[in-house]
Amino acid sequence: MSTEKKHNTEEVRLMKGNEAIAHAAIRCGCDGYFGYPITPQSEIMETLMDLEPWNTTGMVVLQAESETASINMVYGAAGCGKKAMTSSSSPGVSLMQEGISYMVGAELPCVIVNVMRGGPGLGTIQPSQADYFQTVKGGGHGDYKLITLAPASVQEMADFMVKSFDLAFKYRTPVMILADGIIGQMMEKVVLPPFTPRWTEEEIREQTPWATLGKTPDRKPNVINSLRLEAADMEKLNLVLQSRYREIEQKEVLFEEFECADADYIIVAFGITARICQKTVELARQKGIKAGLIRPITLYPFPTAQIKEYADKVKGMISVEMSAGQMIEDVRLAVNGKVPVEFYGRMGGIVPSPEEVLEALENKLIG
Amino acid sequence: MNIADIINPANLVMEKTKVMNDTPMHYCPGCSHGVVHKLIGEIIEEMDIQDKTIGIAPVGCAVFAYQYLDIDWQQAAHGRAPALATAVKRLLPDRYVFTYQGDGDLAAIGTAETIHAANRGENITIIFINNGIYGMTGGQMAPTTLQGMKSSTSPTGRDIPRNGFPLNITNLLAQLEGTCYVTRQSVHTVASVRKCKKAIQKGFENSMLNKGTSVIEIVSTCSSGWKMTPADSNDWMVENMFPAYPMGDLKNI
Repeated sequence: MSTEKKHNTEEVRLMKGNEAIAHAAIRCGCDGYFGYPITPQSEIMETLMDLEPWNTTGMVVLQAESETASINMVYGAAGCGKKAMTSSSSPGVSLMQEGISYMVGAELPCVIVNVMRGGPGLGTIQPSQADYFQTVKGGGHGDYKLITLAPASVQEMADFMVKSFDLAFKYRTPVMILADGIIGQMMEKVVLPPFTPRWTEEEIREQTPWATLGKTPDRKPNVINSLRLEAADMEKLNLVLQSRYREIEQKEVLFEEFECADADYIIVAFGITARICQKTVELARQKGIKAGLIRPITLYPFPTAQIKEYADKVKGMISVEMSAGQMIEDVRLAVNGKVPVEFYGRMGGIVPSPEEVLEALENKLIG
Repeated sequence: MNIADIINPANLVMEKTKVMNDTPMHYCPGCSHGVVHKLIGEIIEEMDIQDKTIGIAPVGCAVFAYQYLDIDWQQAAHGRAPALATAVKRLLPDRYVFTYQGDGDLAAIGTAETIHAANRGENITIIFINNGIYGMTGGQMAPTTLQGMKSSTSPTGRDIPRNGFPLNITNLLAQLEGTCYVTRQSVHTVASVRKCKKAIQKGFENSMLNKGTSVIEIVSTCSSGWKMTPADSNDWMVENMFPAYPMGDLKNI
């Protein structure tokens, strides 16, 4: 099949979450992908290599020698005002933390996709959500936050690819799409985003006047840099970042509610776990238990105010995660002791069933 | 004759390149960095490519290179300059993209990025300052520190069984199919400065010819790290560094 034809096939497709990321990246005008193979997300680079976007949109796709090199290639590309991205899974994302911290310090936009697998260490290749802390609390050194979007469907993999670049450039920050092995691997119907052309050099100069495209006589040199030798200058940069985070916390919170209006008990879950817990809510309601579900879509900024509001209305909450309990800390901070907040989770790549979540809800919250 | 008579346009015989700005340099007296910076600035001016050049600065003494040359710069994490340069050149193929790296940056922490960028034949120019020591952090042992050479982390001299051998990474890079021009230069005499300038210019020119990676190693002095006067450093370099890192082209395609 010709490259042109591969691109122009139906907009409504059945595909894996990983494939949706690749298609959406090309369609939203991404300039460069730099990555290193790791399960369970290798289909992202494989799909890109198969689609050969360098022949159509001109997008660069490069297999790097490591995740360390990948994120630093993303740094170089982003420094030129280009829409650059990488993807990996947990161990690879750990290797990228240095680069992410540098990009934050240099105020560079980019998108990082983490299709999480079980850890610690080399771990498993099965799905997990145990990189919540690493992503949301700042995995690299220094004071920073990463805007984090948690897709719960293949559709959201495609949609968030587009949204992430918008947010990254709006706030000059790396954005993380925090998916997991199920979302990456499962196939669902997806409506792909429309084609948006890549920025021309004129558009880049306009949109990102700080980009290193070569110094023209009308301006001073542009320097992409995170080094500030004077402590006062370093604090100034930190204050800029922090004020940006306050704005993000005000404007960019995304979440979804399911059956919360009359709920006595609320489950808080993100990503694929929220899909599972939706079934739990249905099972609970069949048994006469008024359960509801809050799904944070942005893990940072966290829907703190929305969860806090429900703390006055319900008897208890339970955070359900594929980890030992990480997001629960943010739920508890939001609830601030008003009602009990319990936890149920599985680790190491085990996916909880709706039934076992219901059992945990009954045992821990209702008693 | 007063000073106004002397500082007179009619008496002007040489000007600093406009690509170098007036920021006072932080480099120590006798350090090679200043000379190499000047050469790069002169080449950019003579080739008239100021608006087409993007430099990638390392971590190490040259971390502030962006303060001295009036071009666009990206400052890289330690050792990662060739990865940045790869992406910049791939996305802006009509620009001149060079990295400026020391031996610790290029041959220790950045070995993988250096070798793979060169092996892919990225059309970039790598300027490699080899003074056999970590200057910025206060004179620790580098991958290129000579056998028996003293440093703050090899106070009795580099001991091969304990510290391993000096890494001749330029020889290694010359063997890779992706490199088109690999040369070793110095800047300790007028003649060597002129030769080095030609080598750097060739590296810049190569980057537009789709031939692969150019590597210009400049065997350099570090008077502070070596704890010698600038003059003694030059002599010591000729006597000790040159036998281990001999001058000349290793590859020229």
